[in-house]
Amino acid sequence: MKEAIFVDNLVKRFESVTAVAGVSFSVRQGERFGFLGPNGAGKTTTINLLTGLARPDAGTIRIGGIPCTDKPGAGQHLIGVVPDESNLYPELSGFDNLCFCGALYGLEKRQRVRRAHNLLEAFGLTPAADRKFGGYSKGMKRKLTIAAGIIHRPAILFLDEPTTGIDVASARKVRQLIAELNRTGTTIFLTTHYIEEAQRLCDRIAFIVDGHIVAIDTVDHLLQPIQQTHVLLIACTDAPSGILNHLSEAFPRLGFTIPRLGQIRVESATPVGVGPLVRFLEDRGAEVAEARRVRPSLEEVFVRITGVEADAMGREKITRKGSS
Amino acid sequence: MKRWIAFWNILAKDVRTYYLKPPNVSWGIIFPLAWTGMFFIKSGSGLESILAILPGVVAVSILFGTTSMLAVTVTFEKKNRSFERLLLAPIPLELLMIAKTGGAIAFGVVNAFVPVAMAAFFVDLSGVAWGVFLSSVCMIAVVSTFLGLFIAVAASEVFEAQTFSNFFRFPMIFLCGLFFPIDQLPLFVKPLAYVLPLTYGADLLHGAVHGGHHMPFSLDFFILGLFCATLFAASLWNIRRRWIV
Repeated sequence: MKEAIFVDNLVKRFESVTAVAGVSFSVRQGERFGFLGPNGAGKTTTINLLTGLARPDAGTIRIGGIPCTDKPGAGQHLIGVVPDESNLYPELSGFDNLCFCGALYGLEKRQRVRRAHNLLEAFGLTPAADRKFGGYSKGMKRKLTIAAGIIHRPAILFLDEPTTGIDVASARKVRQLIAELNRTGTTIFLTTHYIEEAQRLCDRIAFIVDGHIVAIDTVDHLLQPIQQTHVLLIACTDAPSGILNHLSEAFPRLGFTIPRLGQIRVESATPVGVGPLVRFLEDRGAEVAEARRVRPSLEEVFVRITGVEADAMGREKITRKGSS
Repeated sequence: MKRWIAFWNILAKDVRTYYLKPPNVSWGIIFPLAWTGMFFIKSGSGLESILAILPGVVAVSILFGTTSMLAVTVTFEKKNRSFERLLLAPIPLELLMIAKTGGAIAFGVVNAFVPVAMAAFFVDLSGVAWGVFLSSVCMIAVVSTFLGLFIAVAASEVFEAQTFSNFFRFPMIFLCGLFFPIDQLPLFVKPLAYVLPLTYGADLLHGAVHGGHHMPFSLDFFILGLFCATLFAASLWNIRRRWIV
């Protein structure tokens, strides 16, 4: 299968900060590729380098087989970009914004009008088609920005945090649309801090931390090392101090951590018996509210590899969005 | 890919969104009107002084009309990130910037004819060399727009672009021979006049309206052309250096 994106040893520095430090990967045509990492990991900088909004300090970029290292915009006719923040024209209506974006890619008037109507319909924005974009709600703005990124039916679509800041129903619609686009042959390059979203949408995922790719593989392969791990989450209150040490002494074959206040996480290579653990805790004055087995998820893999708590990553991003 | 579709739509969007808005239309009429009235009253002479004042008012109308708009169409769009959408479009940067400046050039040319229309009510304009006049107006509009572009690209904020513009615009009113002959300027500022593009545009306009020019038309056009090319190239270099980092 042909390569849609090829990146080798990509480096980007901003004064003393190295935002992207020797990143290498390739994305096959028609693949859904996820770029997962905490805020400031280098995700957006990588997208900017691939889409021609930034120049690399070193490395090689090819988009659809076209060398783009020295000519950052050489592959722009093949790509569509949905940036992390809406960048359409506030003074134009939703319909006019879409038509304008279509025109930027050389679509004839009849073609762009038809596609604009279809996209407005698909995103449920037809009633707001003639309203100014500046007056749209945050969710509506996000949806129109996505529509603007695909109006010219790009071969490769870059989505930077596509579902951040929109309601559950809209996010679901966006995910369906991404899957639909992919079915028609569009290569998807997605950055997100929603690990579940990446797991659900992507064929392959790269974890990026501090400008380095620390893992890259299919979702199944990333999950494999922890598939045999058995995890139990115990919600309890009034646990005495030093409970982890007591548990470790009593159950030496199990691993114990406290991921958050009032929760004990138990890991084992063999199935974990709930009863003895609950009794042990209750005998020491703890009140156990719940004990449930959890399936190891991509989040586990991410936390193990990167050392970044998934919750913290989401919070970071939301804080940044809220303050900008 | 049909680049002309992108080019035309960028230009049309700017004209519709920025230039045809009532504040700009009224600015385009009131500003030249105020300048004409001010200089006419200040000169204290009769209606015949209109022909002497007209080239200066035309040049100032173009200069202010073009440079003030670039802060909005370029700096503002860069600030709110909508300019990124244009940078992502598969069209050469040169074509994109010509489309972005096309509206300002047209706005400048239209502005130039407001004082001309007003003057036509009071004086006989049959002696004006219209061919030279129209070419001069177009050249001044282009060079002023590219000067505005150069400033807009160098600035990060709209207010910065407007402040920088004033550093260039107001001295040019006095140094470029629009209303005060360069010969009468103090000796130490005379060289400054010759490094400002409007000096050559004003010389052309004076020549076209009442024959009072100091340099051959061909030299004026050539130097204005050089200014246009240099300012445009410098603006593109700055965009590539600062915006596609």
